[in-house]
Amino acid sequence: MTNLKTTTTLFFFLFLIVMTSLPSITLCDEKLIESTCRQTPNFNLCVQSLKSFPGSATADVRGLGLIMVKVMQSKANDAINKIRELQRSAPSPALTSCASKYNAIVVGDIPEANEAFSKGMPKFAENGANDAANEATFCENGFNGRSPLTQQNNAMRDVAAITAAIARQLL
Amino acid sequence: MLSWQRTAFHFQPDKNWMNDPNGPVYYKEWYHFFYQYNPNDAVWGDIVWGHAVSRDMIHWLYLPIAMVPDQWYDANGVWTGSATILSDGQLVMLYTGSTNESVQVQNLAYPADPSDPLLLNWTKYDKNPVLSPPPGIHYRDFRDPTTAMLTSEGKWRISIGSKINKTGIALIYDTEDFKNFELKNGWLRAVQGTGMWECVDFYPVSSINDVGLDTSAYGDGVKHVVKVSLDDDRNDYYAIGSYDEKLASFLPDDVKNDVGIGLRYDYGNFYASKTFFDPSKQRRILWGWITEYDSECVDRTKSWASLQGIPRTVRLDRKTWSNLIQWPVEEVNSLRLRSSEFKDLKAKPGSVVPLQVETATQLDIVAEFEVDKEALETTLPESDTDYICESSGGASGRGALGPFGLLVLADAGLSEFTPLYFYVSKGLNGSLRTTFCSDQSRSSVATNVNKKVLGSVVPVFGGEKLSLRVLVDHSIVESFAQGGRTCVTSRVYPTRAIYGAAKLFVFNNATDATVTASIKVWQMNSAFIRPYHPETDT
Repeated sequence: MTNLKTTTTLFFFLFLIVMTSLPSITLCDEKLIESTCRQTPNFNLCVQSLKSFPGSATADVRGLGLIMVKVMQSKANDAINKIRELQRSAPSPALTSCASKYNAIVVGDIPEANEAFSKGMPKFAENGANDAANEATFCENGFNGRSPLTQQNNAMRDVAAITAAIARQLL
Repeated sequence: MLSWQRTAFHFQPDKNWMNDPNGPVYYKEWYHFFYQYNPNDAVWGDIVWGHAVSRDMIHWLYLPIAMVPDQWYDANGVWTGSATILSDGQLVMLYTGSTNESVQVQNLAYPADPSDPLLLNWTKYDKNPVLSPPPGIHYRDFRDPTTAMLTSEGKWRISIGSKINKTGIALIYDTEDFKNFELKNGWLRAVQGTGMWECVDFYPVSSINDVGLDTSAYGDGVKHVVKVSLDDDRNDYYAIGSYDEKLASFLPDDVKNDVGIGLRYDYGNFYASKTFFDPSKQRRILWGWITEYDSECVDRTKSWASLQGIPRTVRLDRKTWSNLIQWPVEEVNSLRLRSSEFKDLKAKPGSVVPLQVETATQLDIVAEFEVDKEALETTLPESDTDYICESSGGASGRGALGPFGLLVLADAGLSEFTPLYFYVSKGLNGSLRTTFCSDQSRSSVATNVNKKVLGSVVPVFGGEKLSLRVLVDHSIVESFAQGGRTCVTSRVYPTRAIYGAAKLFVFNNATDATVTASIKVWQMNSAFIRPYHPETDT
């Protein structure tokens, strides 16, 4: 009986020694998504946005940037849909101006950022993403405080800022 | 749309996006200029090599696109490169290609017909790439090969920028045929914390006279300049120092002003710059890319983006020994039309004086300012905190001895104006410090434009008057303070101070000192930059 107890205790201690000498897997092996998102203005939104896209788990930083550009595209589409809806019920010059700004995002900034990440010139991805954030801000400012697009503009700005921060990590 | 923003005498394509200057070279009595160009949009993308020629660096004629991404080794971009003229007059071009897998490689190209002075067609070497990223260098941190210099061993030596973690470096390669290269041990120079070194430029300057030097010059009376474009902050930096050909290494004269942490060619909008040696006039000429300072939405609306600065000669300042002097090429003077002169104009503290000059959108201005001597002597020293343009709040912030200078692209009601000003301050030990700023904060009532105040300190010797030269061209303002010791390029987008409504003023917003100004202003002609016509263009 003593032998069994000793053996068990021995195994227990051995187990402890082995477990405490193994590297702490969760801390030192943080996934790329988390470490990339830590260097953006909005960690939670960044992680959530990336993880909602297939392929993000195995992407490199450049790949994560490309995924964020897709997220930007989706937020831009949300804004454009909302603008169209509002133009039917309550058209205004501010709304028309927003339409052209979001058009610029979709036709200019997003393809630019996409090409820049793909071809390896992240500086222009940063430019395009920063510009998209600015366009959303200009759209919002055009309403002088009574914007019907605040949610969409904020969403656009936030994901664009994350995209720009990812581009900066590649410089 | 927004056609009043287009320039009259600065190089820009008819439409769409441009960035880095590429392969500038003098060949068979033409100045050649190539540039990163997007033929399809007014934002960066689909990059090809645009091409233009000129007899005088000012009157440019557009030629067809020179190179497109049509090989696997440049499928994702025909990026920046440099020209080298060999000893027998042959021209070779090295440029960075982004391969179909986005690997940065260096490729060789040469004129398809070397006897064609227009260099219309280019042949890519059939065994490209000639250089791939070496071990230890990331495949996306290897671009922008320089013009080659001939070593005393008879080999051609180039530099390519890169980085190791956050240390910017310049690699050195030697070659005999531009097809096989030998990587030299060590870097030309490395500086921690500067990040990726883009568009490295490496060239000699004379320390005994003002003449430009061939890129291969070496030995007595020669100092060297290493210049980089920093990806991290989009500015161009240079350092003056000594180059050891045997060790293939560069040591700056002042380590505090090492490559990437010291002086800039220009304290405003100026990036990806590149020099070349002009043998016809024995001068070194600097090209710089001037991007837009408005939104990309507007760029797409107006269908174009970016300018090149007016080419500048570069030489060592043999008074200060610590900076370069840049000055617009003399050929720009050929655009001068009528002039107006204002001698000994006294501007009291708090004054704004209009200068009658007809249209004020295309101007060459040469001005001298003298601060009232008594004010200089009697002003109490301020604290030793330096005046910094960026945080100064601009020309509206009054000091005893500044700001004073010019208001360009201003409307009569002063709702829009761009101050270009000197700010003199007296330190605690009584010594004077002069700063020059270009203030974009009131340049336009539009909200989607850059409103920063740009500039830097200017070295001024005792006895020197403060001097300023300005080239105004619709939406670009290039300022050269103290003969080109400190240069600041601004992009401004007035909505009211355009065409005939644009005016010019002298102002003095100092509280204590009267300023005496002597100013000469020329109307500038257009350079009529247009496509080359074989029948009429020679």
